[in-house]
Amino acid sequence: MENSICLEVIWLLEIEDLSVSIGGKLVLKDVNLRVGSGETHALFGPNGTGKTTLLNVIAGIPRYVVEGGSIVFKGHDITKMSMDERARLGIGMAFQRPPAIRGLRLKELIKIINPNADATALLKEMDFAAFADRDVNRGFSGGEVKRSEMVQLLAQRPDFVMLDEPDSGVDLENIKLIGEAINQLTQKNMRPSNRTKSGLLITHFGHILEYMKTDRAHVMLGGSIVCSGNPKEILDQIKKSGYEGCVACLCPT
Amino acid sequence: MPMPDVEERARKAKDKKALYGIDIDLESYESDARPHEEVKEAEELPQEVKKAALDVGVKLDKESSGAYVQMDQTPVIAKSTFEGVELLSIEAALKKYDYLQDYWWKLVAPDADKYTAEVAQSPPAGYFIRAKKGMKTVFPVKSCLYLGSSNLNQRVHNIIIAEEGSELHVITGCTTPAHIQRGLHVGVSEFFIKKNAKVSFTMVHSWGKEVEVRPRTGITIDEGGSLSNNYICLRPVKTLQTFPTATLNGRGAVASFNTVIYSSMGNIDVGSNVILNAPETSSESISRVVSVGGEVIARGRMTGKVPGARAHLECVGLLLSDKGRIYSIPELDGQSRDLDMSHEAAVGRISEEELEYLMARGLSSEQATSVIVRGFLDVEIKGLPEELKQEIKNITQREDLKGA
Repeated sequence: MENSICLEVIWLLEIEDLSVSIGGKLVLKDVNLRVGSGETHALFGPNGTGKTTLLNVIAGIPRYVVEGGSIVFKGHDITKMSMDERARLGIGMAFQRPPAIRGLRLKELIKIINPNADATALLKEMDFAAFADRDVNRGFSGGEVKRSEMVQLLAQRPDFVMLDEPDSGVDLENIKLIGEAINQLTQKNMRPSNRTKSGLLITHFGHILEYMKTDRAHVMLGGSIVCSGNPKEILDQIKKSGYEGCVACLCPT
Repeated sequence: MPMPDVEERARKAKDKKALYGIDIDLESYESDARPHEEVKEAEELPQEVKKAALDVGVKLDKESSGAYVQMDQTPVIAKSTFEGVELLSIEAALKKYDYLQDYWWKLVAPDADKYTAEVAQSPPAGYFIRAKKGMKTVFPVKSCLYLGSSNLNQRVHNIIIAEEGSELHVITGCTTPAHIQRGLHVGVSEFFIKKNAKVSFTMVHSWGKEVEVRPRTGITIDEGGSLSNNYICLRPVKTLQTFPTATLNGRGAVASFNTVIYSSMGNIDVGSNVILNAPETSSESISRVVSVGGEVIARGRMTGKVPGARAHLECVGLLLSDKGRIYSIPELDGQSRDLDMSHEAAVGRISEEELEYLMARGLSSEQATSVIVRGFLDVEIKGLPEELKQEIKNITQREDLKGA
C-alpha cells in the first residue's frame, strides 16, 4: 500500500533512507521522514545531531553529498535538484543565522521574491515596517533577523516551510508574532482537512510551540531520527528524562 | 593670455611617461577636431548627444543650476540658470578674468606627464564653474563631455571655484557614441574649494572598448570646506588611469572619495591621493570594484602631515572571473604624531552563503549574483542631494551586471 500512487500524493515530503556526508564525514544516517500535506512537524535533538543539516539538505544547499537515499517532494525526486528549483517548486526556509546582504533593501528583496506581494502590509504584519529600507539582515539583532526571515517567507508563500530555530534570540513579545506567522504559513486558521501547506521546524526549548500548532514531532540523535510521535508527549519526555531517554527509546510511538 | 612658462614646461614634458597606467602613443591620435555648432538652449542639442548625456546620468532639464556640453573640442553650450553659479567656457573665462592666471595650472602641473603637457599645448577647451560667495543650491550643474569623432584626442581643461560659504553640486558625464572605434580623452580639472564651501562632484564614465582615458585632477580645500567626489565607471574601456590629488589645507577640511568600477575588459588604474595638511582634517576613500575580466588597480593614498588628522581607506573588490585581476594598493603615510589613519582592503569572491540564501528564496544563480553585485556597488554616498543620489542608484541598478 505504501508505494501506491494514492499515498505518494498524500505525502508532500517523503525522505527515504537518506544518508549525507560533508567533508567525508557522515552526518545523516538513514533518515526516514514523511510529512503529509497540511501537517506541521517539529524536530528536536541536541546540538550537532544533524537537525540543521537535514533542513539544509532538503533545501538543497550544495555543500552536502547525498551518499544514499532519496528526497521526494510533491511526487518529484528532488535529491539532485538545485536550490532555486526546489524553492520554485514550493520549498521555503527560515535560516537560523542568515547572512547580511549589503546594498539590498529588505523591501526590494520582498519584491524580487514575489513581485505581487504587498511589501508594506507584510512588513507591518511583522511589526517590521521600520526595516523596509535597511539592507537585508545587516546589523539586525537576533530577534530582528527572525522577523526578517518571516517577512520574506510570508512573501514567498512556500507549500513546505522549514524553520530553523525561529524562536532563538527572540523576546517574548515577538515570539507570539512569529508563532502567528508560522500558523499563517501553515494555514492553522483553516480546518485541518482543508490545509495544504506544511512545515518542519527545529526548536530547542519548545517555547515557540506555545504559540503555534504542530501535528507531529521527531527526535534526532547522531544523524538519525530515533523517535516520532505526539509533540507534547515527546517534549514532556525530553524535559523529564533528557535526550538520554530517547536513546533508550522510551518515546511513545 | 599667453603663458610662456606653462607652454615651455609642457613642451619639455611632451614625452614624459605617466607614473601609472599603460603608456599611450599620442601620435596615433588626431588633434584636429571639426567644430560643432553652438546652441542657445540645451533642448536644441542634437538628439544623439542628449541621449548619450542621459545615459550617463546627465538629464539636461530645468532641475539644474547650469548646463555645459562639449562636443569634441567645441563647447556647444555653457549656460548658468542660477544666479549663484557662473558657468562659462574656460576660453571665455580666461578672457574675462585676469585673476584666473592665479588658478590656471596651479593644482595640476603642465609638465606632470605627457598628457597634461598635451592639454597645456592645446587651445583651452573645458568649463569654468564658479559658485559665488555664500550662494547655495542643491540643483546640480550638469555637464557632458562628448567624444563624437573617431581617433580624436579630446583635450579638456576645467576649473571649479567654490567661493566662501557656497554650496555647489556638479555632475559630469563623459561618453562616446557606440560608433566611435577609437579615441582618447584627457581631462585636466582643478578644483578650488574655499572656506566653508561645500562641493560634490560626481563623474560618470561610459566609454567604448577602444577608448583610452586619462583624467588629471587637483583639488585644494580650505578651512571648513568639504568635497564629496564620486566616480562611476561600469562600461567597458580600453585603458583608464586617474589618481586625483586633494590637499586639505585648512582646519577642519573634509574630503570623501567614492569609486565604483565594474570591469569586463581592459586596464583600469584608479584611486585617490589625499594630503591632510591642516589640523582636524579628515578624509575617507571608499572603492568598490567588480571585475568579470580586465585588470583593475585600485589605489588609495593618504598622507597625514599634522597632528589630529583622520583618514580611512577602504578598497573592496569582487573578482568573478579567472580572466580578471584586482590589485588593491592602500597606502597610509603618517608624518606626524597623533594621527588616526586606517585602511581595510579585501579582494574575494561572492559569498556562497549569500548566494545560497537568495537561491533558497527562488532566485536563480545568475539573478542572485546580479543582485549581490548591484548591492555591492551601491555605495552609501554622503553629502549628495537626493536627486543625485537617486541618479547614481539608477545607474548602478540599471546595468546588466553579471557574474563571470
